[in-house]
Amino acid sequence: MAQKIDVFAKKLTDEVRHSVHNASSLKTMSRVDALWRDFEDPDAMRILAGELKQHVIENLDTYLPQAEAALQKNGVKVYWATDAQEACQTVLDIMVKNNCKRMVKSKTMVSEEIELVHFLEKHGMESLETDLGEFIVQIDHDHPSHIVTPIIHKNRRQVAESFQREGIGEYNETPEVIVAQARKFLRDKYFKADVGLTGANFLSAESGRIVLNTNEGNSRFCLAAPRIHIALVGIEKIVPTDKDLSILLNLLARSATGQKLTVYTEFIKGAKLATRPEGPEEMHLVFIDNGRTKVLASECREILRCIRCGACLNVCPVYRQASGHAYRSVYPGPVGAVLSPLLAQDDFPEMADLPKASSLCGACHEVCPVNIPIPDLLLRLRDRAKREKIKTDGSPPMEPFAMLASHPLVWKTAMQAGKALDFLPVSSVPGGPVKAWTTVRDLPQWKGGSFRSWIKKRQKNRRSEEKP
Amino acid sequence: MHLDHRPFPKDKKVMLMHTCLCDAFFDDVAKATVEVLEYLGCDIEWPENQTCCGQPAFNSGDWASSRQVVRHAVKVFEGQKPVVIPSGSCAAMMFHGALLQFEKENDYDKVEALANRSWELSDYIFNALNIKKWPGKLNAKIAFHRSCHSRGTPSGQASQSLLESIEGIKVAAFGEEEQCCGFGGTFSVTFPFVSSQMGHQKLDMIEKSHPDFLVSGDMGCLLHLGGIIDKDKIKLPIRHISQVLRDSLKNGGLL
Repeated sequence: MAQKIDVFAKKLTDEVRHSVHNASSLKTMSRVDALWRDFEDPDAMRILAGELKQHVIENLDTYLPQAEAALQKNGVKVYWATDAQEACQTVLDIMVKNNCKRMVKSKTMVSEEIELVHFLEKHGMESLETDLGEFIVQIDHDHPSHIVTPIIHKNRRQVAESFQREGIGEYNETPEVIVAQARKFLRDKYFKADVGLTGANFLSAESGRIVLNTNEGNSRFCLAAPRIHIALVGIEKIVPTDKDLSILLNLLARSATGQKLTVYTEFIKGAKLATRPEGPEEMHLVFIDNGRTKVLASECREILRCIRCGACLNVCPVYRQASGHAYRSVYPGPVGAVLSPLLAQDDFPEMADLPKASSLCGACHEVCPVNIPIPDLLLRLRDRAKREKIKTDGSPPMEPFAMLASHPLVWKTAMQAGKALDFLPVSSVPGGPVKAWTTVRDLPQWKGGSFRSWIKKRQKNRRSEEKP
Repeated sequence: MHLDHRPFPKDKKVMLMHTCLCDAFFDDVAKATVEVLEYLGCDIEWPENQTCCGQPAFNSGDWASSRQVVRHAVKVFEGQKPVVIPSGSCAAMMFHGALLQFEKENDYDKVEALANRSWELSDYIFNALNIKKWPGKLNAKIAFHRSCHSRGTPSGQASQSLLESIEGIKVAAFGEEEQCCGFGGTFSVTFPFVSSQMGHQKLDMIEKSHPDFLVSGDMGCLLHLGGIIDKDKIKLPIRHISQVLRDSLKNGGLL
């Protein structure tokens, strides 16, 4: 039986599969162009950036208090949330305390992770996505299928239909018109909002500056009119100093979309001051754990280096066939196949099939800007699932193979006996790996033992030649 | 990858790990490997009790089973000689995968010693024996599929350079060369749809370059791609790099 992600992939329409495949290959090519055009040895940069982030996650006990102190010095109110519930409640409390009703938010994956919008709506708060892709996801009651380009699975006809249905604009498939319609609709919302919510791509422990990387300028609007700024920050987002940002910023956009930098790179150091008279009146920052310290304690802690560029999704042949929703989680693709089962914590068994969704080709490791050995981590999680006796669909048992392969006499006999395969119509074998193999491929002729006899004879002849 | 620490071979005495796929299906690939190594003056020791590198169990997550197989390999390939392997993925299993699953085991050192002696065939010829131009000739346009386990190892470049150095051979470029063929061991049967889609896309790209045959350093990839080729009756012969090297010697009257 095929694995869940394979079954999902098979059911996708050709339209979706082509959208995902084309956009992914295009971004993969732009990434290569952008990195090799500008740098002599991008691989050395990836390795360095990986070491930097690894250093941070292994020294969070030093950097988190440093970051908190720097933020407080900048007048930022700092909160700590151990899980999704606490994080959502903290945001709600800040809104209630400040008499806020309306939030505009820029794109942040951690808000997806804690399902913030849903929580706020349940508590009577209005919360609006302003990143165009996320906005479309919200009006369609859909989920993002990619961490950088959330509606990679949709086309402009579908978007035009949604806009017409929601009364945002008349049906029009032209991308420029769609953007103009969204812009017009959203503009008024920014003015009426009390809270602007953002994530943070990075946070400097030295200065307390957060960095926001966006392409649409919507995060700037989110911080222009509203009184309150709330930033949600995963605890792994820290860098030691402002200077360390240079290598990460040089890699992030190039890896994600093939841009040198995102269109907007904002450095934010607190709310407005007399010397800095624009922006929100208050800034609140919520550090979110939500399973991260458990990941840190696991054998897969390298995954916390991730800077969410999406390059591993774009290059992944399985993601290209299956699309992001196949992964049943906020983080899809290779990074998701590692991170989602770990963040699921007690629900690990339900996500234990994700690490199997890889041919272990290693393309994800090769493109990762922080050099995460994703295939090794996928393998570690497969081993964990096996040790915890979690069954996933279709994986053949390996104990008989191990018995065979550690007993040479049995092995040699099996090699000879395997010749019988040629006399069986293998495609008629019910179920099992042979059947699964032969539905799409033929098996070559069985030659078990043939090489063994050949080399034995050859070596015997050699020896007799050598004798006088 | 742990390849930087490999001691450089002092002589041409080697052990051959012929791989389980050659044991079962591709006898000629193993034969070609022997003929090529012998042509280069290698003294080949072939341990008869060898079975498999343990990769099938390792990749499917059954590390306890895989360790059992690797321990057998450690015993079979005991000694100081380099172990030459005509497969990128079996070689990577020995010098990378095996180490990963023995991290917490008492016999890690023994596994590491074998890892440091393991060489993929092209890597051994090109880097250990320092042969940069392959003799003989073969008039053919070929597509070379750089199998995924050569990522991060010297094998991909070694194979490509050896092939390009052969008189008469033209290595044709094709689209999305970095993409996997979709084999992935048990992946090919637990993800039948995705795996076959990947295989078909790979073959579509390759066919567009109109090669005379398809070459790879990994019989896993070729078992899968060759299986699709046969099923779909595509006219594209498959060759392991050892067969190309041998045929070029034969064709040039050197063997």
